Amino acid sequence: MIDSVGLLALVLVATLTSYVLLGGADYGGGLWDLLASGTTADRQRATIARAIGPVWEANHVWLIVAIVVLFTGFPRAFAAVSTFLHVPLLLVLVGIVLRGSAFVFRAYGPADPRYTRVWGRIFAVASTATPLFLGVIVGAVTEGRIPEHPGGPFVAVFIEPWLTPFSLSVGVFTLVLFGYLAAVYLTLEASDVEERRAFRRRALISGVLAGVMAAIVLLLAEPGVRHGLIASAWAVPLHVATAACAVGALVFLARKQYGLARVAAAAQVTLILWGWALTQYPYALRPHLTLTAAAAPENVRILLLQVLGVGAVVLVPSLLFLFGMFGPRGGHDERA
Amino acid sequence: MDLLFARWQMGLSLAFHIVFAVIGMALPLMMAAAEAAWLRTGEAGYLDLARRWSRGTAILFAVGAVSGTVLSFELGLLWPAFMEFAGPLIGMPFSLEGFAFFLEAIFLGLYLYGWERLNPRTHLAAGILVCLGGAFSGAFVVTANAWMNTPAGFRLVEGAVVDVDPVAAMFSPAAAAQVVHMLLAAYAAVGVAVAGIHARLLLRDRSNPFHRRAFAIALAVGLPAALLQPLSGDWSGRVVARTQPAKLAALEGQFATERYAPLRVGGIPDADARQTRYAIEIPGGLSLLAHGDPAAEVVGLNDIPRDLWPPVRAVHLSFQVMVGIGSWLAVLAIWGALLWWRGRLFESRLFLKAVCVSTALGFVALEAGWMVTELGRQPWIIQGVMKTSAAVTPMPGLAAPFALFTLIYIGLAAVVIALIRRTIIETSPARRTA
Repeated sequence: MIDSVGLLALVLVATLTSYVLLGGADYGGGLWDLLASGTTADRQRATIARAIGPVWEANHVWLIVAIVVLFTGFPRAFAAVSTFLHVPLLLVLVGIVLRGSAFVFRAYGPADPRYTRVWGRIFAVASTATPLFLGVIVGAVTEGRIPEHPGGPFVAVFIEPWLTPFSLSVGVFTLVLFGYLAAVYLTLEASDVEERRAFRRRALISGVLAGVMAAIVLLLAEPGVRHGLIASAWAVPLHVATAACAVGALVFLARKQYGLARVAAAAQVTLILWGWALTQYPYALRPHLTLTAAAAPENVRILLLQVLGVGAVVLVPSLLFLFGMFGPRGGHDERA
Repeated sequence: MDLLFARWQMGLSLAFHIVFAVIGMALPLMMAAAEAAWLRTGEAGYLDLARRWSRGTAILFAVGAVSGTVLSFELGLLWPAFMEFAGPLIGMPFSLEGFAFFLEAIFLGLYLYGWERLNPRTHLAAGILVCLGGAFSGAFVVTANAWMNTPAGFRLVEGAVVDVDPVAAMFSPAAAAQVVHMLLAAYAAVGVAVAGIHARLLLRDRSNPFHRRAFAIALAVGLPAALLQPLSGDWSGRVVARTQPAKLAALEGQFATERYAPLRVGGIPDADARQTRYAIEIPGGLSLLAHGDPAAEVVGLNDIPRDLWPPVRAVHLSFQVMVGIGSWLAVLAIWGALLWWRGRLFESRLFLKAVCVSTALGFVALEAGWMVTELGRQPWIIQGVMKTSAAVTPMPGLAAPFALFTLIYIGLAAVVIALIRRTIIETSPARRTA
């Protein structure tokens, strides 16, 4: 029987999964806006804007919920992460602010291309940089260089815990995965064959790159983490399933079965995230802080789970309504 | 020094976010009201208004959402010890706020992009859910702030927190009064500001139906709130008197502990001389307002250790600004109601001018009110429990992020102002096309 600490950790990872699958793809959309090229470049940008316009703000809320669950349920972990990873968190915040603001400034400002290009570029660059730092934060939490106490020189305490080859590789991996998700999703949003081909090519390239990055991350991992990733009891079945999804997604893309490719890619990214979570268990922050030691009192955990459960009853139908209205090939409305 | 920069950064982020947060609460209400008026009357002018306000909402809500995200992270980035202590206690309103924010974002997406896809009633319902999401969101966040003023729902045993009760923490003694005060402030500030913008345009073109409709709806949102706000302020004041004597003494510039304490209008407190000069004093007024009895004793700062004083001058002056503007807006509300009743709302040039000069005043009062509650709690981050200096992050060099966010916020503010001018004012329809 799982206890309330484990259950709350599961909820936290589920929230992060929603953020990655939905919000992550919105960042990926920004990456493809930045890299839009060829004869369909302008149409690609318009498709990306149309696809994320109605949903990105709702998708962003998953991050807020994750933060709230973290500071309510695991306050010591939140305090430690906020203290030692101040710098990358600050960079994530700057990215979030610039990405969101630039997106609406472009959508609701003058149609003059000199204007839209500037905000489009800021949106795209911020969307590309933010996942790098989000990944660096995940990498630093995993790698276990975060000290127990803040005493010591600035660089050793506030820079070295996250500025490592491993954390940087997780950052790049995150960006590639977000781009991959976005490209796969966008094949269903494209308005014509030529544009769809462009997104398909991007999906295939980033899908292969994701495999390469996964290998690099594994190579750069600390021995303890690497051992968890490859030698645990759950590791082999999980890796087989992840690989099956990855290969499946690429095959579906190659055979132009985009709906199935979307499901396979989302499953693949979900499995990667849950594999990371299993490696991390039972730690909140390696190697000093376990989930149990970081957790809030039991009655708070149970109340939080209840609030989240009741909230989900309101949330899920609303979200389904939103996505039903602006699903694939949707969102052709003119701007309000 | 880092403590100072951390406080400045937090203060700046709050001052910036709150503008967008209150607009995100009140503007959707006007937008939905305009749409409802369109559905009822079939007049296209109302639809045009609803669409323009929805575009304004889209821009301002997005900036509010991202600046709110900054705040939720900054709680940890700047005050990790506070969050480690308070996270379990104030987490419940924040989780509820998360869901309210979710509803707001989901139904705003449906509203903004659903003009042609949803049937009109469903579309209006989405707009109403945005209003509700905004109001609940604001209310939940304010209960967390109220807990910092009147911490409840736990016991301290030899420095350790025991018997944590998040429900009691959420319904702390200051919660209800602060929530009502904040919601009314939001509707009053935004309603008056929007009315003020259109009053200015009506002064140039009195019969323009677009501006008439906008002016009337904005006043209908702003003035009732402005009328009720002094009552809510009185309630808040009583709660402060009961729970935060140092804050009450600072906001009134009350140094001596005395019966028949006077209510001071204006005046400049001098903390070193321990007196407030140049104030108009109404004998017994403070005792009466704070405790319901002119003979009641009010604790002055002299009976509070000097190192536990809030910055008296800043708190007192902010309070005077807030109360002064609040009183003026209540007068404006009565004046507007009389004109409305006589069917002369658009006829009085003097009233239009009065609303026009009041455009920004609600926001000034709102910011001053936050100065009162936040500066008035210092040196505590959690009243009587944890000092702000004990909560600050050990991270050095906080001047750099403060400078960075100052630049970003100045840039965002400039762009938002230009875009709103363009969306709502500069392209507003002339008389013929409305």
